Amino acid sequence: MGVINFEELFESKLAKNDIIEPKDWMPDNYRKHLIRQISQHAHSEIVGMLPEGNWITRAPSLRAKLVLLAKVQDEGGHGLYLYTAAESLGTSRDEMLDALLTGKAKYSSIFNYPTLTWADVGAVGWLVDGAAIMNQVMLQRTSYGPYARAMVRICKEESFHQRQGYELMTHLAFGTPAQKEMAQDALNRWWYPTLMMFGPPDVESPNSENAIKWRIKRETNDELRQRFVNQSMPQIEYLGLTVPDKNLKWNETKKGYDFSEPDWTEFKAVIKGNGPCNKERLASRNKSHNEGAWVREAATAYAKKQNENYEAA
Amino acid sequence: MSNDSQGPLWEVFVQKKAGQPFVHCGNLHAYDKEMALQNARDLYTRRGEGMALWVVPSSAIVSSSPEDMGSFFEPSNDKIYRHPTFYQIPDGVGHM
Repeated sequence: MGVINFEELFESKLAKNDIIEPKDWMPDNYRKHLIRQISQHAHSEIVGMLPEGNWITRAPSLRAKLVLLAKVQDEGGHGLYLYTAAESLGTSRDEMLDALLTGKAKYSSIFNYPTLTWADVGAVGWLVDGAAIMNQVMLQRTSYGPYARAMVRICKEESFHQRQGYELMTHLAFGTPAQKEMAQDALNRWWYPTLMMFGPPDVESPNSENAIKWRIKRETNDELRQRFVNQSMPQIEYLGLTVPDKNLKWNETKKGYDFSEPDWTEFKAVIKGNGPCNKERLASRNKSHNEGAWVREAATAYAKKQNENYEAA
Repeated sequence: MSNDSQGPLWEVFVQKKAGQPFVHCGNLHAYDKEMALQNARDLYTRRGEGMALWVVPSSAIVSSSPEDMGSFFEPSNDKIYRHPTFYQIPDGVGHM
């Protein structure tokens, strides 16, 4: 046996659709790309708890409150699965949290929009989680093992999220005229930000090429966006609601809908920190992190003492 | 802030029901054994995924290395007599 060419071995694994595991050799850029993507994904789950958490104390019924609590708890869990998946690549939880809290790290632009009404809780579950699922179903077959395994668990849990959101929308859309109006208003405000979740158009997406080459992603931003629109239209029509897009229409040739692109200038501004809620989200995360510092310190001290007692005994 | 940390990493194994093996399901941070077990329950068994849990400090896990995989597992590769199909059994004796 000669000297192992690690790069060739890595490439051949990808070509065979084999999975890369934490201790396998991988190119530095593959590792960096994954750390960036997985940590951003984790941050999105954690920051994503805020817009919905906003409504827990004001949920209109006990059932609605239980459901929302369970959903927000799930999102926290998803963040934790993803943080440890990123840690398996050599970064630390503290480094990632620091990047989030200082505003260095990005998270999904969607969570910088406000949840103004109860209908927004429905729209987030239905549309935002629906878009996230589309992306995450693809990521169940991503080339990095710990990321793929986290996605499998997450996808199982997300399906409840989308269904509860749609159920909420049906209650409003088939309720009083004022409720229906509230549902339509939520759809109007969340439609384009949701389309932005798939990322910039393929021609302008700086990270897409490598992500496809390394089988981290298996479909492009535009492909996923198109699929999302196709899937959502019957659901929207059932509710008797309309999309805020005059150009949206069925295209028989491509067996899909034509639709307007979201405003990519707005997308860039939100990513840069100038969305409606960027400052508020970061301030909330920092506040709860700082207010929890004494708990972490006490738990560290307690664990140390337990270990000392154990060793002394 | 040197005292501010998320605690060490633990590996979580879950047993779906009595009689089945414990299977690795993921990992988490916790400061001590008790918290590791409670966090594992909250994180990995919110929907009846298990009847029993193990948590193990990740630092206590010893694992083989992918680079040594070939030579490490090589001793078993040429021992085909460890498999039942290596042996000829006459047709007349039924299932064995």
